[in-house]
This record gives sequence, C-alpha cells and structure tokens, in this order.
Amino acid sequence: MTEEIIIAGFGGQGVLSMGKILAYSGIMQDQEVSWMPSYGPEMRGGTANVTVIISDERISSPVLTRFDTAIILNQQSMDKFEAQVKPGGTLLYDPNGITHHPTRKDINIYRVEAARLAAESGNPKIFNMIILGAFLKVKPVVKLENIEKGLKKSLPPRHHNMIPMNIEAVQMGMGHIETVNQL
Amino acid sequence: MSEIKLMKGNEVIAEAAIRCGCDGYFGYPITPQSEVMETLMLRKPWEETGMVVLQAESEIASINMVYGGAACGKKVMTSSSSPGVSLMQEGLTYIAGAELPCLVVDVVRGGPGLGTIQPAQSDYFQATKGGGHGDYHLIVLAPASVQEMNDFVSLGFDLAFKYRNPAMILADGVIGQMMEKVELSPYKPRWTEEEIEKISGDWALTGKKKARGHHIVTSLELDAHRQEVFNEKLQRKYREIEEKEVRFEKIHCDDAEYLFIAYGSSARICQKSIELARQEGIKVGLLRPITLYPFPTRAIAEMAERTKGMLTVEMSAGQMVEDVRLAVNGKTRVEHYGRMGGVVPTPEEIVDALKANFNLKP
Amino acid sequence: MIDINDIVKPENLVYGKTSLLTDNIMHYCPGCTHGVVHKLVAEVIEELDIQDKTIGVSPVGCSVFAYNYIDIDWAEAAHGRAPAVATAISRLHPEKYVFTYQGDGDLASIGCGEIMHACNRGENIVIIFINNAIYGMTGGQMAPTTLLGQVTATTPYGRDAKLNGFPLKITELLAQLDGTCYVTRQSADTPGAVRKAKSAIKKAFQNTRLNKGTSFVEVVGTCNSGWKLSPVEANKWMRENMFEKYPLGDMKDI
Repeated sequence: MTEEIIIAGFGGQGVLSMGKILAYSGIMQDQEVSWMPSYGPEMRGGTANVTVIISDERISSPVLTRFDTAIILNQQSMDKFEAQVKPGGTLLYDPNGITHHPTRKDINIYRVEAARLAAESGNPKIFNMIILGAFLKVKPVVKLENIEKGLKKSLPPRHHNMIPMNIEAVQMGMGHIETVNQL
Repeated sequence: MSEIKLMKGNEVIAEAAIRCGCDGYFGYPITPQSEVMETLMLRKPWEETGMVVLQAESEIASINMVYGGAACGKKVMTSSSSPGVSLMQEGLTYIAGAELPCLVVDVVRGGPGLGTIQPAQSDYFQATKGGGHGDYHLIVLAPASVQEMNDFVSLGFDLAFKYRNPAMILADGVIGQMMEKVELSPYKPRWTEEEIEKISGDWALTGKKKARGHHIVTSLELDAHRQEVFNEKLQRKYREIEEKEVRFEKIHCDDAEYLFIAYGSSARICQKSIELARQEGIKVGLLRPITLYPFPTRAIAEMAERTKGMLTVEMSAGQMVEDVRLAVNGKTRVEHYGRMGGVVPTPEEIVDALKANFNLKP
Repeated sequence: MIDINDIVKPENLVYGKTSLLTDNIMHYCPGCTHGVVHKLVAEVIEELDIQDKTIGVSPVGCSVFAYNYIDIDWAEAAHGRAPAVATAISRLHPEKYVFTYQGDGDLASIGCGEIMHACNRGENIVIIFINNAIYGMTGGQMAPTTLLGQVTATTPYGRDAKLNGFPLKITELLAQLDGTCYVTRQSADTPGAVRKAKSAIKKAFQNTRLNKGTSFVEVVGTCNSGWKLSPVEANKWMRENMFEKYPLGDMKDI
C-alpha cells in the first residue's frame, strides 16, 4: 500500500500540522512516511501545502506532481491540484470559499463542510481534524487509535488534554462526508 | 537507546550534533536551514552536554569560529545555505590548509546571487572542487533522506578527524525541509580533555606544557618549496581518501540498460522515475553517489561497460555530469537533465528526458 | 683585568630575557614597536604563570609570525578574523587565557565586523591592538587609522578626507560597547611608557581570570620603514602627530 496525498489550503488552516499528525500516525503502525511542505514567504498568510506519503515500502520521491488523494481547502489549491489527482483517485474538499467546484468525472469527489462544523462547535481550531476525519472515512490508511498515538507524539505534553477534543473532531468529520462523484 | 521520530532534516542535524558529542556549533540564520540553529537554541545542549551554541554576526565569523574551535581539537560545526557558504569559502580554505577537522552543512538553494530559497544542487562544483583558493578538497557527503542527515553528522566528524580535513554535508532544501521517520543515534559523550590529548594531542591547541614544544595552527609557509612539500602531503591524503572512502548506492542496476546518476533529493525523485519507466518496460537503474568527493569514479566506469546510456539528473545546469563523463571516458553516452533556480524536477519529466535523449519508445 | 665570569652571576642579574620569548630572530624592522610589545606579552604570561593556559591568535599583517616568537600555543587567523577565532577558543576553553594580537589593517579595516561583535558580546578575551597608522607588511599603504595628510603608498598626496574618509578611532568606538570592561591606549616609546603598557597588558590578562569580559589594549606604535623615517624620527613624529589624534590613557576601566 502506498498513499500519496497533497493537502493544500491557506497558511493558518492547520494544513502542515494535519499532515504531520497523519505522518506520525503512519509511523505508529510501522509504515514509512514522508512530509514535504512548500516553504518560504508564501507560507505567511498565503497558500500552504504539504505532500504526505504513507507506504508499506521505502518511499521514493518525496516530491510529486500526481496524487492518489488531494485534500483541498481553498480555491487557489483547487485550481492547481484538481488536475493532479491520478485517474481513479480521490479529491476531498471543503466547499467553504470555493466558487469553481471540481468537475472531473474520472475521480472520486467528496466534500465536508468542516469550516461550518468547526464554527458551529464554537472551536474553529478543530477544522483540520474534521477534515482529517473525513479523509480517513474514505481512505482508512491509518487507524483511529494510531491517530490518537500520533497526536500524543506530535503535540507537546502540555497540550495532551486537547487530544479527546481532537479525536471527537475526527469522528465528526467521519460522520459528515458528502459524496459528489463516485466511480 | 535509539529513538524513532518524525523530524525535519534540518532539525535532525541539530539533534544528531548533540547526540554525537559535538562541542560547538557556530552559525548565522539563512533559509532554508535556519531550523538547525533554532532547534539547538531550543534544546539548550549547553545544559545537557556542555555543547556551545553561538549565533555569530556573519557566516564569515561563523566559519572562523569553527577554525578556532577545530584548532583546539574540538568537534565543531556550522551550517548554512548557498550564499552563506560562499562567504565561508575563505575560512574553509584556511581550515583545509591548516589541516583541521570540522563539519559544514550546506542546505543548497537556487542561485546565482541571492537567488531563490527553493531547493537546488547548483553548488556541486563549489563543494567538490575546493571552493576557495588553493589545491584542496572537502570530503562531501550527499544525504538523500532524513535518516542520512542523522547518520552523516557522525560519519562526517569521523572522516574529518580520520583525515584532519573539513567534511561537508551537501543537502538541499528538500532534504532540509522534509520530515521523515528517523532513528536517532544513541548519545555519545563529548570527548574529555584526556581523549582530545590522545586523538589530537600532537597538534591541537590545548595550552603549551613544559614537556612539549608549542603548537602552531597555521596555513602560512612563505617558502615555496616547503609549501610544495606540504601540498604533496595534502595530495597524498586526497589519494588515500579517494582509495578508501568512496560510498555509493546502486538501485535496480542488475538488469539496467540505462542508468540515472543522481544524488540527494534528485536521487529520490529518480527512484520514482524508475518505477514509472519500468512500468513502460524501460530497464533503467540508478547509481547514487553518496560521497561526491571522493567521487565513485570506478563504479560508474564499470557500469559504463554494460549500459547503453547514462542520464545525470541534477537540480543545476549540469555540474556532476562533468565528473560522470570523466569517469565514463567515452565508453557510453552521458546526457544531462536538470532544472535550475530552485525548480524541482518531476518524476514524469525525468522519464520523458530519458526517452527523448536515448530515443526510447514505450 | 676583569674576568667576565666574575660579572655574569645570578646575584648580579638586573634584567633577563623572559623564557617565553623564543630564540628565533625576529623579522621586524629595527625600530618597530612589535618587538617590544611581544616581549611585554611574553613577560606578562610568564609572570602570571599561565603559559600552559594561554592561547594566542595571530593576525595577517606584520605580526602574522607572532607565533614564532612567543612560546605558547597559537592559531594563525585569516585576515581580520582573529576575534572570531578567539571567541570559539575561549568559549570552548573557558578556563584558558585567550588573546588576539592584531594590527590596524587587520582589526580596524577588514576585521571591523569581527572586533565589534566580539567586543559587543563581551567575549572573555584580551585584544592587543597595534596602531601604527599604516600597512606595514604589504609595503606602506593607507590604514583606516592613517592620519589626514599622511603620505602612504596609496595616499601619495596625503590622506584626503574627501577621497579616503577620516582616521578611524576604533578604540573609542569599542569603549562604548557594553561588552568591553577595560579599554586603554598606550605607547611604547619610552621606558616609562613601556612600563605602563606592560601593566595595562597585565591588567587585561587578569581581567580574563576574573571573567570580566573583553579587555582591549591599543598600543600606538611606529612603523619607521613605512613612514620612511629613522627610528628616532619616527618616535618624534608619533608623539607630535599620532598622540593628538590618538590620545593616550584609559578610556574605560570597570
């Protein structure tokens, strides 16, 4: 199994940390992982993206232009990455702020209203964990228990009290996924 | 005890330095490697191992601090990226000329000039051919994973002290910025004064004792003939390094009709290209130089006898390709594919370049 | 007839060369101040009994070969970088006495950045700064401390402020920095001045023992070869011209 994922959105949406939790969770189940961010001034308020690869085998290129899954959280990223999903692959997005919705017919397309759900829950910070939950619903590449372990590894101990809240957010995301196009 | 962690290449450099008993780090911030010093400052190794960490006023000062520390027989290092490493060239030639061991990490970015902050491999010439004035070489290690960022810190110091020669880890923005699983090395204590006396006691500045003459660390010799004798000694050392320290990795080479030659992150991308090309029935392999100096000349020459062509893939206008052509010496065709200025090649375009250069049809 | 062996006896000894000066013949021109200051540094190290704890850093310039004359461990630094080299040695050997020995080109021109920042960090080191207002080793070119109107190989019509800027009072600048604990300007042109310069150098080394920060001792010196004067004339010229721009005395002593 090899899953090549791009997560793309605005800086501040938790794109990089979601990727990190995913990667750590992969390590927790003895898989190979890589996490390659875009870096530089563009991160400050602009777009941010990270390529995460989880695999049973040694990972070749950490830099990719074709993805099994694209998780897209703003319009610029939609414009850039919709075309980069492999045929038969998966695109997951939050419709919040999206004006040009994905149109491809040769990939699976799902949406989750994570921004709305997070706002309604009164805690906008769980946005990225709702997204992560939705992703795991369609692509269960890591087990929920390993997400919990991954959170423990990637969060400093003083934030460990927030782990249950994050797990609830993951479960919330799992329960709110909508199918737009299914092959 | 070793530990499995998910870490950035740059962070691992810092962690590996502390764990391998490094005595001092002297640096100046520059993207894309500032996490090295940031991680060290956060870790406060001076409280844990006594390692000194200092933010210098410039790369010029950093490398001269390294000169000072190395002159004392201490394990000292710096890290920087291309424009900063250009500023360090003066210090590096003095360090090579004074035969001092040290470790320099270069997380290369696109040039020339201020250039970009994106990954590049356009400093191969600077790293492997000396870089500063005079006839000298650095020992150059090219990591292709976060794990190798960890492993090469300790290997770099080992080689530097074995040959009393500066060693460099030549990485790039991809290797520095990405996170991968890494098994951190177990802690090694810093050398005691007695150990330094044993390892480097015949030259290091430890304070002149009555029992010995004074030690002078210098690269100055005004007499041309004596300077030539010294240069001959240096050259003998380089020949020994070329004989004993070549490291490389072969991937899918056994049945390969064509060969990629690539190092660092380009070598990683080429591995994906191999998967793609082999799906199309193209038998291609990869020879990855791990040491760029000494260069795996012999291994490449051997492969030249049994391949139809070689494609070097570098994030540069083509620098390592010159060493490959020297190694091949006309025995097979050698072509170059590169992206410049901070653009990272995609696995697909590398396959296209292979097909185009060698007229291959799927 | 007096036998010399009746005179050369320990009880008759009134002055001796310190054992820390090697027997190598100095390459300095007759009349140069470097030789005197080398002797003072060597005497201070001997008197403080810190030969095995002292590491010197020599510059690029006439005193590049300082390591041939004082019998301690030395590093020879790239041009201007001695304070950076000394910084690392001192940080890695906090118990040692580390000093740089630099001329005006090395310290005040090409190494301006390194000296500023080493002093500003308050590195626990000693800086010996020889200011003779000219580049000696390369053949008498303008230094940052060259006086206005002074003729050198690169100011053949005299230093002109419009063309070359003004003499740099680097020592006054360094005295402003919080990291320096002792900043003084001395000379070595009379026996009295030599004695005062020696106590300044000794105090600087003692400051290292007390971990007080950076001690900076400037010695205004002569370069009779570069100035194209006899040693005696050079001393006279120094007193008449240099001391006005570079007045002697302590600028800071905390």
